[in-house]
Amino acid sequence: MTVITKKPDSAIAHLTPEDIEELGRELDAIRQSVIDSRGESDARYIRRVIKTQRYLELGSRAVLLASIFPPAWIVGTAGLSVAKILDNMEIGHNILHGQWDWMRDPKIHSTVWEWDSASTAESWKHSHNELHHTYTNIIGKDNDLGYGIMRVDEDQRWTPASLLQPVYNFVNMLVFEYGIAAYDLELGATIRKKKRGIEPSAEFKENVRKTLRKIRKQATKDYVVHPLLSGPSFLTTLAANVTANVVRNVWSHSVIMCGHFPEGVETYEKAAIDPDETRGEWYLRQMLGSANISGSKAMHIMSGNLSHQIEHHLWPDLPSNRYAEVAPKVQALFEKYGLHYHAAPLPQQVYSAWHKVVRLSFPNNWLATTRPSNLPSQVKVLWKMARGSRAERRRLQERLDLEAAYLA
Amino acid sequence: MSSAALRSTTQRATSSRSGGLRRSLRERLHTVVSAAVTPLEPSDVLDLFHPLRRGADLRARIVAVRAETSDAATIELQPGKDWAGHVPGQYIRIGIDVDGRRQWRAYSLTHGPRPDGHISITVKAVPGGVVSPFLVHQAKPGTLVHLEQAAGEFVLDHTHRKLLFVTAGSGITPVIGMLRNLFPVTDSGVLWDAAGRDRGEPKPLSITVVHLAPSEPQTIFRRNLAELHAAGAINLIPRYDDTHGVFDVATLEELVPDLAERTTYACGPHGLLDALEAHHAERGLELYTEQFRVGAVEAGEGGTLSIAGQTLELDGATTILDAAEEAGVLMPSGCRMGICMGCILPLKEGAVRDLRTGDVTVAVPGETPVAGLPVQTCISAAAGACTIEHKERVR
Repeated sequence: MTVITKKPDSAIAHLTPEDIEELGRELDAIRQSVIDSRGESDARYIRRVIKTQRYLELGSRAVLLASIFPPAWIVGTAGLSVAKILDNMEIGHNILHGQWDWMRDPKIHSTVWEWDSASTAESWKHSHNELHHTYTNIIGKDNDLGYGIMRVDEDQRWTPASLLQPVYNFVNMLVFEYGIAAYDLELGATIRKKKRGIEPSAEFKENVRKTLRKIRKQATKDYVVHPLLSGPSFLTTLAANVTANVVRNVWSHSVIMCGHFPEGVETYEKAAIDPDETRGEWYLRQMLGSANISGSKAMHIMSGNLSHQIEHHLWPDLPSNRYAEVAPKVQALFEKYGLHYHAAPLPQQVYSAWHKVVRLSFPNNWLATTRPSNLPSQVKVLWKMARGSRAERRRLQERLDLEAAYLA
Repeated sequence: MSSAALRSTTQRATSSRSGGLRRSLRERLHTVVSAAVTPLEPSDVLDLFHPLRRGADLRARIVAVRAETSDAATIELQPGKDWAGHVPGQYIRIGIDVDGRRQWRAYSLTHGPRPDGHISITVKAVPGGVVSPFLVHQAKPGTLVHLEQAAGEFVLDHTHRKLLFVTAGSGITPVIGMLRNLFPVTDSGVLWDAAGRDRGEPKPLSITVVHLAPSEPQTIFRRNLAELHAAGAINLIPRYDDTHGVFDVATLEELVPDLAERTTYACGPHGLLDALEAHHAERGLELYTEQFRVGAVEAGEGGTLSIAGQTLELDGATTILDAAEEAGVLMPSGCRMGICMGCILPLKEGAVRDLRTGDVTVAVPGETPVAGLPVQTCISAAAGACTIEHKERVR
């Protein structure tokens, strides 16, 4: 993968500016049809999901009071994991997008909602709703591309440290909610700046304070209050809560990786984006910069309908329960305009995303040119690139590129 | 200090200490429960089980919906435990979800305080309306609605013994609430005599009701009014447009010869109230009014509205509330007709026009208060460029 405009066979070369604007108009019409038909059944849907989540969480926590008995531990942990996933995905993410603001219910509104996550709703709304959804897949602007810790594109510079990124990604998966919190705070960038002598802003400090407070409350709930309430089941309840949080982290990390990381998802260059990007061009970038997960209704609900990532990125503020209904119309437009609608089942997408993480942890084309038979010499090349001078690295990279071109 | 006084002081100290203990215990329990349910509030969890409990946001459950006419119904409500009661003539604001969207409206309470604690409103379906047709034709018993405590100054002053009610259309609703309280009605008729006299009141009440409606079958509470009249509780003077022609205020003295002795309470559209005000002012008569609907008003010139970080172009007839909501701003709102004050926001700069009266409110930075001038967004339109402060926080 490389930025779309640098590809020899760009996926959008066949579209004229008029085509792109027409595509935008057709997408706007689909959006309007959903807006016009939002109503009672949608409101009933989100209320039912919220109610289900609350009963499930309360019930699971009640069962965990007796978690010293293994069956209770299993049932309670499973229930709590599902409840936490629902809270983050179908409820929190979507309400914080303002998908349900139209109901004018002051309790289910993006301005007041808080979720069971280390990130405060406030900072998450800024980094996710504002930055990621506006600058989707623009290298250097959308930090979701690799979260600032990973190399996810050929055009990003390879360094020996990249070799460790599968490990980072794995650790990030286990503690994902904290990773997101650090990411929302732009912790990495702030630390790097501080090393260069730039002091963190007052706003940053205030956000850190709020996030730490949130983390303390969340951790107190899961790791102190509920275990204490369980009395003799203290340790087992503690273990159950840790497990549920890890399950939720692994699940949400996997779903989110599928949204923009699988092979074949397009990325963009900052310089190539017109500052006056039209509505049609914006839509096109969202369409090609996202990937869907195909699957059952349960899959859609548990992923917060982020399985309809393409539709979600086109219209982040439409009620999540309506994405499934507009998906076929969107897919038809992809076909009409000769574009690739990127959808695959979860295991395939997760594999693809991980494959990319591993592939890009090596220099470009290293994995493509490696076979069991040439492994020793390839390792030697890798070693030289990791240890060698910049010129040496460039020379070896050229060799890898040539070889890959020859193989292709 | 005498020993008795000392003892009583000690007791007070003891009792306040135990009260303090109880309070701090409750506070501690609240802290633990809060910590166990964060980021939810304990009330979010309790709402799942008992939405009408004491301490909850005020809500009510619809107990029954009874048709009054083909396009009007009485909605009986069981209010939550924190309902503080009302005085007949007052209104409530209810918030109900129609097509998934929360709508707030104000309605007169049409029942005096009842032994079972239920309250009722009577709603006439306004053609093309959002809430009233829903309440009349689609509301189902069991549904939860949101509620605010009763409000309104349109209540009887009991020193007045000779009264005249002038009501038009659904303007009858606060009045029927008063009448039902004065003269309880059961299925067997009006139980009024005892009510007035047995309490040893100085003079019996003398009540005349001039009620205006397009036609008799369209009159809400037609049977109630007829029964009250038959029982001698009131002197009903109905005026129907289709039989008597459109009502002219000038004829009021003919209809009510002792008009000068009576205190007038009037409720109806603004045209009627304006005419009555002029009529009574001329004769120096006392008048209490309650207006029900925003009347048709000449449109102003409009302008640019800045609100919640948005800049909107408004014409002179669109309300600030409608325009801002249309643009996606979550606005505080209530009755949407200018009586409940639930939509007030500060005008920081510029001018708005009250669509009912044509009054223009102007805020000049440096001249008017820093906090701005409160304006009702539901009946105000832009009259030139204006800035309304609103942080998009929900009530």
